[in-house]
Amino acid sequence: MLKIADHQFHSRLFTGTGKFSTADTMLAAIKASESQLVTLAMKRLDLKTGNDDILQPLLESGVKLLPNTSGARNADEAVFAAELAREVLGTDWVKLEIHPDPKYLMPDPIETLEAAKRLCDKGFIVLPYIHADPVLCRRLEEVGCAAVMPLGSPIGSNQGLATETFLKIIIEQARVPVIIDAGIGAPSQATFAMELGADAVLVNTAIASSNDPEAMGRCFAQAVQTGRDAYLAGLGHVSTKANETSPLTGFLND
Amino acid sequence: MSFQSYLQTLSREKLKLALYSTTEKDVERALNSPCGDLNSLLALLSPAAEPYIEQMAQRSSQLTRQRFGANIGMYLPLYLSNLCANECDYCGFSMSNRLKRKTLDSVELDAEMKVVKSLGYDSILLVSGEHETKVGIDYFKRVLPQVKKQFSYVAMEVQPLEEQDYRDLAGIGLDAVMIYQETYNPQTYAQHHTRGKKSDYSYRLETPERVAKAGVDKIGLGVLLGLDDWRLDALLLGHHLDYLEKKYWRTRYSVSLPRLRPCTGGITPKVELTDKGLVQLICAFRLFNQQLDISLSTRESPALRDNLFALGITHISAGSSTQPGGYVNPDSQLDQFEISDERTPAQVSDAMRRKGLNPVWKDWEAAWIAQ
Ligand code: SF4
Repeated sequence: MLKIADHQFHSRLFTGTGKFSTADTMLAAIKASESQLVTLAMKRLDLKTGNDDILQPLLESGVKLLPNTSGARNADEAVFAAELAREVLGTDWVKLEIHPDPKYLMPDPIETLEAAKRLCDKGFIVLPYIHADPVLCRRLEEVGCAAVMPLGSPIGSNQGLATETFLKIIIEQARVPVIIDAGIGAPSQATFAMELGADAVLVNTAIASSNDPEAMGRCFAQAVQTGRDAYLAGLGHVSTKANETSPLTGFLND
Repeated sequence: MSFQSYLQTLSREKLKLALYSTTEKDVERALNSPCGDLNSLLALLSPAAEPYIEQMAQRSSQLTRQRFGANIGMYLPLYLSNLCANECDYCGFSMSNRLKRKTLDSVELDAEMKVVKSLGYDSILLVSGEHETKVGIDYFKRVLPQVKKQFSYVAMEVQPLEEQDYRDLAGIGLDAVMIYQETYNPQTYAQHHTRGKKSDYSYRLETPERVAKAGVDKIGLGVLLGLDDWRLDALLLGHHLDYLEKKYWRTRYSVSLPRLRPCTGGITPKVELTDKGLVQLICAFRLFNQQLDISLSTRESPALRDNLFALGITHISAGSSTQPGGYVNPDSQLDQFEISDERTPAQVSDAMRRKGLNPVWKDWEAAWIAQ
């Protein structure tokens, strides 16, 4: 079981709500993925009419909602979006996303740290989306974030774990769950992320943009479980034979 | 969560069982794992790892060279005082030992420093017995600026202090604190530390955390090998290190792996750690943590030290005296324990160079860092 803040999750696959063709497809895919935490962009909610076609069915499906601040370009905007989410959705959880760069949507580390500090002080459960930067992860832990969400590769790029080297360091050092976010484009990449020891992965584009999102949701569920099982079983067993000669420790036999 | 409460979540029995039921497969897996963790440390410390010592040594040596190059940092202990208000049955400075007691005054300190400087050292470890009233924070505050004028890097191995004291000392030039738990078994700890403030196991256990909070650059941890099951003690030392590294990640860490040495009125080790065991221990720590400083004192013999240098060690002392005033007056019989490697620093550095290693006398300038 994965524990984030005071919440337990059976599934280590988190999903998103963007990019689906219809609300029904989205719901079917989420159901098949068995995901229990689903992100939702605050900027997409229609707060004026209130009858949002994504929100209502999601609320009814029983998954935990993770509003994200996507669209925010600085700390002020992100804090504002989180406060709005708390008011509208009644949740303290927030996926903190700040990307001032419209081309690659690269997260801004400085504004993210600042916003994380302010939101943690206000009692939010903050899950920041960041570059795979080990030092930033530690600083975010220090200000009280409940998890960190480093990217595997640029959002929506399906390139997998281009940041593997740094993700390994983050996983090794983290004292909060590490959720690999962005870039995972195939179930095999999700398996690999879990084999590395990630606590969870977040997949949106790969499911939403496939020809059969429901089937793909199911594939990811299995892939994440397999990766987790492999990690727990222990990888990398390659037989090592003892050397006949012992150049470094031969002195022990003298 | 403090380390004390973290430690309580671990079961000594379970860890011991795991250590002694480790299989060859577990060891091979640990040897192959690209970066160390507590599971692989456990496997590498286990009896099952003994047939793999040469491979551990190969890898440890290679990782050490990869991270540190051929460099080995040189430091020397300088004993400020042998006064002690504690009773530790393995130590020559114990309160009840009949021994001439001495604390260096500033003139004597200058004279000692002059000799140490003339040997080439720029990094120094100030050591004293644990005597709160006579060799306490006020004395340290007086001494430190005097030492800092001569040495770029100043470490201390004295009694545990309060967080604010460490902060004050860091403000006047303290770079590192060595604080050895001696053993992580509270019962064994109680048996060996019978009187004085050192008998407070918990206060000692929490010391590294106070040092880290005070912002001191480096913390040295260690156990005294021979007091208890060395495998388990080393494993818990690994847990302590891992806990601190994760929580106080700006701090640098070192470990010291001293074996119990004969001393005035001292005990003989309950558990013997062989040379082979020591090699296993050094290599296990290197494979566990590739950035870790591992130091080796003159407690070990010249021949063994020459062989250990290349295996994972990053810091050594040479030409040490373990008595206050001992560099000016070597024969005053005030030693804490006997040393084994009596070679001069020049002889030791020659031996290192013959092994392709480079003794480094200075690699720190506090003025550039403490902005
Ligand atoms: S080990 Fe330290 S505290 Fe114990 S008697 Fe020796 S000097 Fe004193």
